[in-house]
Amino acid sequence: MNASTEISGQASGVDGYAETQDFVTFVIANQLFGISVLQVQDVLAAHRITRIPLAPPEIAGSLNLRGRVVTVIDVRRRLGLNRREAGGSVMSIVVEHGQDLYSLMVDSVGEVLALATSDFDSNPPTLDPQFREYSAGIYRLDAKLLVVLDVDRLLDYGRSAVA
Amino acid sequence: MDDLLNEFLTETNESLAVLDVELVKLEQNPNDPDLLSNIFRLMHTIKGTCGFLGLPRLEAVAHAGENVLGKVRDGELEVTPVAVSLILECLDQIRMILMVLEESEAEPQGDDSDLIGRLNALASGGDPKPQEAEVAAVEQPADTAEDTAEDATTDSAAAEPSAAEEDAQAASSDEGDAVQEASAEIPAAAPEPAAAKPEAQPQPAKPAPAEDVAPKESAVAHQSIRVHVDLLEDLMTMVSELVLTRNQCLQILRAQKESDFQAPLQRLNHVVSELQEGVMKTRMQPIGNAWAKLPRIIRDLSHELGKKMNLVMKGADTELDRQVLELIKDPLTHMVRNSADHGLEMPDERVAAGKSETGTVLLNAFHEGGHIIIEITDDGRGLAIDEIKKKVIRDGLATESELESMSDKQIMRYIFKAGVSTAKEVTAVSGRGVGMDVVRNNIEKIGGTIDLSSVEGRGTKCLIKIPLTLAIVSALVVECAGERFAIPQLSVVELVRASSNSEHTIERINGTPVLRLRNRLLPLVSLRELLNLETGERDQVGGETGHSVHGFIVVAQVGAYSFGIIVDRVFDTEEIVVKPVAPILRDIALFSGNTILGDGSVVMILDPNGIAAATGEITVAADSLEAEAERRSSQGRTKMAMLVFRATGDTPKAVPLSLVARLEEIDLAKVERSNSQHVVQYRGQLMPLVQMGEGVELAKEGRQPVLVFADGGRSMGLVVREIVDIVEDRMDVELTSHRTGYLGSAIVGGQATDIIDAGYYLTKAFQDWFGGDRTQQAESHAGGRRILLIDDSPFFRNLLAPLLTVAGYEVTAVEGADQALELCEAGMDYDVIVSDIEMPDMDGFDFAQEIKANSRWSQTPLLALSSHTSPQDLARGRSAGFDDYVAKADRNALLDALQETLSHVRGAA
Repeated sequence: MNASTEISGQASGVDGYAETQDFVTFVIANQLFGISVLQVQDVLAAHRITRIPLAPPEIAGSLNLRGRVVTVIDVRRRLGLNRREAGGSVMSIVVEHGQDLYSLMVDSVGEVLALATSDFDSNPPTLDPQFREYSAGIYRLDAKLLVVLDVDRLLDYGRSAVA
Repeated sequence: MDDLLNEFLTETNESLAVLDVELVKLEQNPNDPDLLSNIFRLMHTIKGTCGFLGLPRLEAVAHAGENVLGKVRDGELEVTPVAVSLILECLDQIRMILMVLEESEAEPQGDDSDLIGRLNALASGGDPKPQEAEVAAVEQPADTAEDTAEDATTDSAAAEPSAAEEDAQAASSDEGDAVQEASAEIPAAAPEPAAAKPEAQPQPAKPAPAEDVAPKESAVAHQSIRVHVDLLEDLMTMVSELVLTRNQCLQILRAQKESDFQAPLQRLNHVVSELQEGVMKTRMQPIGNAWAKLPRIIRDLSHELGKKMNLVMKGADTELDRQVLELIKDPLTHMVRNSADHGLEMPDERVAAGKSETGTVLLNAFHEGGHIIIEITDDGRGLAIDEIKKKVIRDGLATESELESMSDKQIMRYIFKAGVSTAKEVTAVSGRGVGMDVVRNNIEKIGGTIDLSSVEGRGTKCLIKIPLTLAIVSALVVECAGERFAIPQLSVVELVRASSNSEHTIERINGTPVLRLRNRLLPLVSLRELLNLETGERDQVGGETGHSVHGFIVVAQVGAYSFGIIVDRVFDTEEIVVKPVAPILRDIALFSGNTILGDGSVVMILDPNGIAAATGEITVAADSLEAEAERRSSQGRTKMAMLVFRATGDTPKAVPLSLVARLEEIDLAKVERSNSQHVVQYRGQLMPLVQMGEGVELAKEGRQPVLVFADGGRSMGLVVREIVDIVEDRMDVELTSHRTGYLGSAIVGGQATDIIDAGYYLTKAFQDWFGGDRTQQAESHAGGRRILLIDDSPFFRNLLAPLLTVAGYEVTAVEGADQALELCEAGMDYDVIVSDIEMPDMDGFDFAQEIKANSRWSQTPLLALSSHTSPQDLARGRSAGFDDYVAKADRNALLDALQETLSHVRGAA
């Protein structure tokens, strides 16, 4: 699978230093996710978001980050999860994709974890297809499992529209 | 200086500088293929550009140099100091020619056969002993150079007998010295022959003093530098951000009354504005750059197709943003090609149609209110409306009855539709349309509009309107359902506040909102409905969703289509930097981008083109298109001074000032009655007085203002109550009045005013001033036909122009035949020409013969207007080429004749 080869490539890249990779962790609907820290530009608290009419439902709107327009993606909707309850906490992780900035709306952002590549596992084949589409693999942590979010796939609308 | 030449000089001087360095490097590392190929490429470019620009002397020299380098690159020739010296000499020669080129914009006289000969000898003599060949070559040229100098002398002697010899001498000695210079730069490693060679060369001519030798620094090369476009783009982005930040600062400042930042922020404001302007300028390029290819295309096409055509380009120095320039290049090229290929006819067809053999494609660019207008006009066969209709019906784009209700202009717009434009059948016959949809898309992509008008048999005119720059635009910020949006100011025509108790009310036809605006129905779209903005806002607007009765209407215009956008609130306008939206959102046609406002919030920029498309532009546009056509044509009409006065009633009356000879106040005591008419003695004559109202008795004493109309020896006084004002305005008679004595009403100076029919009152004074009865020709079949009216009497011009305007014609009035001919040459077209017969200079008969004999107007119907209407006059008029002959006094006859002539023409077409 394309995604997993990418991850192993990254892992071998840092082999020389240590067999770990740093991930920014976040929670959506009680599920722990991670994004490679190298991809993350910024973490934002609640921010004023401009709605974009007629946009796909997972596009929450856009916001101004230091003079750049950032498109806000509601990751919950993108993953096919339920809508966030009103009043629930919202945080955003800003990533760059192509030339554009995207803000990924999540429930909460946790600490940065250094994860050993040895704990990495590929997606279980039984995973929900929409989930599997955007998951680059699973890390086995002590208490729970961390899903590595494949940002490029998540934001590659052109491809998913075709698929 | 020519831009192209300028650029060439800059570029070539740069290349030469690089070549100098690289050649010396090459001499040290003869086997470096990268170095060699770079040198070769540079030389090749110089040669290529010279050839392109038509600089034969430079090209020949560069070509010879390139030859040698080519051999070296192919391994047929070794890199020797001799070869390098020779190449350097060749470069110096190029440099010398460039210098002259820069000063005089022309290649200097002279001959390089000596240098070329040596270069060629080196190239062909690729044997192991190039030195010998070189020496041999050097000796020979010594003579050749002398010959050359003489040749040059004899050549130029014809032109400048005295100075020529010295010039030629100086030229050749310059060459020699340049060589010397060049060789001096060559590292000491250069072997004997190389050193010997330059000695040999200067001999024929006497070496000039050393100070003359130093090549002058190129002025052009040092005035401009090349900057990578990316750098400029980055700079522009930064400035855009700066502008935004400044706007934010100013907004904060506005909220605080007293602030220490006031002065510095104002200064910052100015500096940023200037900076923005300056950076914008760096991006500006003359539109001529986009046209550079066109003459060639036209030339090639004319050869290919066997047509004679002429490309006229006006306003090539009109500047616009290079980003915009890049984007319109292809559409423009396409359209010009279209005009030449399909629009213009073959020479014999043209002659048969009474046009000149050579067709003309006219490109015209100019600025108009923050826009660039580009017109592409051809005098070809025009669009065949019937063929388009057939195609449209066949493709099911519209039904026959729908087409029936459309104007020609609307039907023409179908060629911008994808299905129609690619249809071979239409293009084969009507000759237009391949890829016009693509052209339109491209132009609309950059916020421009395209419009088209065509008269079958006369030609086609395309009007492209594009913004000056894409980077920063002025936008109107509006709110709808709690969300703010920006609408580019360029497409906003006006704002209307609508509420149930004000003048403007949103009305509904079967749920479709419309607005009455100045006697027209304006189609409306609700932004709320368009964008599905219906979340919890229902109660706020009161009642049913989208059926709000109050709100603001932004009247927008796209091409010729105007429509209203219903919004909740309107804020002010702001300068915004258009930022592209994320790729995910690009397919939403209603947005053209997004931006960050002064308060830091992100708003979406609405795309009026997208909105227009979403509302079904062509079908809705029926009225507005017509209105637009009317509006546009009235814009072109010249302003007329109107005399505004009051007579009966409260409505001001107006009459063209030029009709009025004098304004007088008469003493009522002196008014006499004669022949049941009021008369007054005026300048030794009896002047009849006419009153506007019926049955109003003149006062017996006091003073009364009177408008005096005079023509020839007669004068007439129109009694009025008071004279109000003189207003310069367009004579746009808007309502045809059925009351006798009135032409209709018009907005004069912002007030509804009755335009009086002076002719009516003239006949009241003198029954024979004109003949015939005065019933107003209310029904108009004119439909915006254009009339050229030629009459030397300003009186008749002013009388007939409004009359014909009321009848629905578009009138251009000139005072003489020569002016009319000027218009003809200027490329104006009219449907009918109405000409007076008795005129000074060139009379009507001569004018008719002139027109019919050899002009573009030979097919245009010609009406004669004369006070002499004897059968002999009629016969003479017909033989001169007039299609009809009308008595000057008879306005109805004129209108009838016009109608008949036009319907005849239409029937024939």
